[in-house]
Amino acid sequence: MLEITEGSMAVADAVRLCRPQVVAAYPITPQTHIVEALAEMVANGKLDADYITVESEFSALSACLGASAAGSRTYSATTSQGLALMFEVCFNVAGMRLPIIMTIANRALGAPLSIWNDQQDSISLRDSGWLQFYAEDNQEATDLHYIAYRVAENPAVQLPAFVCFDGFILSHTYEPVDMLSQADADRYLPKYAPTERLDAADPISFGMYATPEYYLEFRYETDKALKEAKSAIHAAGKEFGEMFGRDYSAMVEGYQLEDAETVIVAMGSICGTVKDTIDELRKEGKKVGLLKIRVFRPFPSEDLAKALKGAKHVAVLDKNISLGAKGAVALEVKDALYGSGIPVYDYIIGLGGRDVQKKDIREVVALAEKGKGDQFIGLRKEVL
Amino acid sequence: MALAVGCRARPGKGRDNKTGSWRVFKPIFDHEQCSKCGTCQTICPEGCITEGFFDPDYAYCKGCGLCAEECPKDAIAMKQEEK
Amino acid sequence: MRELRIHGRGGQGSVTAAELIAVAAFKGGVFSQAFPAFGVERRGAPVQAFVRFDDRKVRLRSQVYEPDYIIVQDSTLIKDVNVFSGVKKGGIVIVNTEKAPDYKVPDGVRLITINATSIALKVIGLPITNTSLMGAFAAATGEIKFDALKNALMHRFPKELAEKNIEAARQAFEYVKAEVA
Repeated sequence: MLEITEGSMAVADAVRLCRPQVVAAYPITPQTHIVEALAEMVANGKLDADYITVESEFSALSACLGASAAGSRTYSATTSQGLALMFEVCFNVAGMRLPIIMTIANRALGAPLSIWNDQQDSISLRDSGWLQFYAEDNQEATDLHYIAYRVAENPAVQLPAFVCFDGFILSHTYEPVDMLSQADADRYLPKYAPTERLDAADPISFGMYATPEYYLEFRYETDKALKEAKSAIHAAGKEFGEMFGRDYSAMVEGYQLEDAETVIVAMGSICGTVKDTIDELRKEGKKVGLLKIRVFRPFPSEDLAKALKGAKHVAVLDKNISLGAKGAVALEVKDALYGSGIPVYDYIIGLGGRDVQKKDIREVVALAEKGKGDQFIGLRKEVL
Repeated sequence: MALAVGCRARPGKGRDNKTGSWRVFKPIFDHEQCSKCGTCQTICPEGCITEGFFDPDYAYCKGCGLCAEECPKDAIAMKQEEK
Repeated sequence: MRELRIHGRGGQGSVTAAELIAVAAFKGGVFSQAFPAFGVERRGAPVQAFVRFDDRKVRLRSQVYEPDYIIVQDSTLIKDVNVFSGVKKGGIVIVNTEKAPDYKVPDGVRLITINATSIALKVIGLPITNTSLMGAFAAATGEIKFDALKNALMHRFPKELAEKNIEAARQAFEYVKAEVA
């Protein structure tokens, strides 16, 4: 049943329904409401979990690492500087193949200090070995948590995952969300059954050191597991659709794509604004479409290349920038389309909470049609 | 060799790795001089010196010479080993 | 789609008002969305909050630039902030004030003034005007039913506080109903 609630509350509730056994997190804007709600649920007995209070994000994820290695379903949430502080632990978690789920309420990275939204934080961890899901709205943000656990805990995958949703823009927005019942959540997400776990009675070490003779092979295997996770994501998303009517089997999702000549590629909440703009442009006779990327890691190159086959111009919206190069999404899209001859233009947009309006999307479409791109959108005139 | 997922490993046994062959100098214990103070046993990084008259287990002794260095009675001499 | 923009000052409950209006609208059978202009929460600083109403799921994520409705919680803001910016023709502006307006709203826009502060002081005992203004909004626009607003308040606040706020909202609702008629 649809209920209207704040995005953070919906996510916290979905996490509760996933029955994590250990939660460790450190509050940081705009993630705070999620972990406050979870701490309250644990204190009130609504969530049977250990909530470990810690003094930093580094400790939060380290506590999760230990708990997950000991065989618990484990959860954390963070954003921005908090995620940056977890950098080292993120690589360890993935290397040890621990299926921790972490919500990222996407926020810009300082300096200058900004509490507002972009996707620089999670994008900057793209090389760490975590799966990365991006939600367009709060319905998707909640649903992706169940799917993330299903995929991450799949014995063929055994990798951690970020569920990313735009800070403030989604986390602080009230909108209708259809929540699963506990029985449905349990039906979809069975108890975590680790293949191996830390146990004093049967000792084992995780993440032992690897000499130069073996390190390369471990990286190869982790990369392979991440790439092969695509089939697990497809299956988990399909099954979710069969059970609850919302199909997440596709890693990329088209909107008005069939005959589209100019296709916008985007991730996260910006997709809603793009869809409304496309409806207007379609009425004006413009053949514009959207390809939404739901899963950024593993990157769905093949699906993306297939979906963009008929495009004349591809306009990528990047809420991040790899300084000195381009937006991270555009670089991946260019790689996926290499050799196709389809031009790909990059637009850096909405950094640090700059509001993205329909007129900005119209500007992007107009620029792409003229063959102009690889630029920032909406810059103040004084810097030009 | 198949790699363990996540570089996970069961604990090995130090006893399986006989390090005595690393040795260049061999400690020779003079029981006449020894006062059985136990310093050599405490200091031995390999933990291979046993109680009684403190004698090393040459199967594991790497010949580091710490016992000879610390012995208050100078009862341990490091002799080059013929190989 | 109809859009509401609320102008207030930090601590006056603009964000809560937006949330409760969205809740009441949703309970009344429309899709709604509410969110704040994500500022730094500082008491007294100008803040904005937004609500959208539509008969289908709201997808648009930008802030509201061309509102159908505007609520100004504190009339002193009119001097500092362009609160009427972008308001649509046929739109409704609700201003909390005790004075006769010395400003002009754009042509074709209806201005409703209400002394929500005195209602709040009288009924709640605190100058918290957001619930009174919700009542005024319900009466002026018909976007939310008074009963739905009442339920939203009951759900949000402890019983005694909820009852006081409902009474404040009811007085404002009736005042504006009479004004409109």
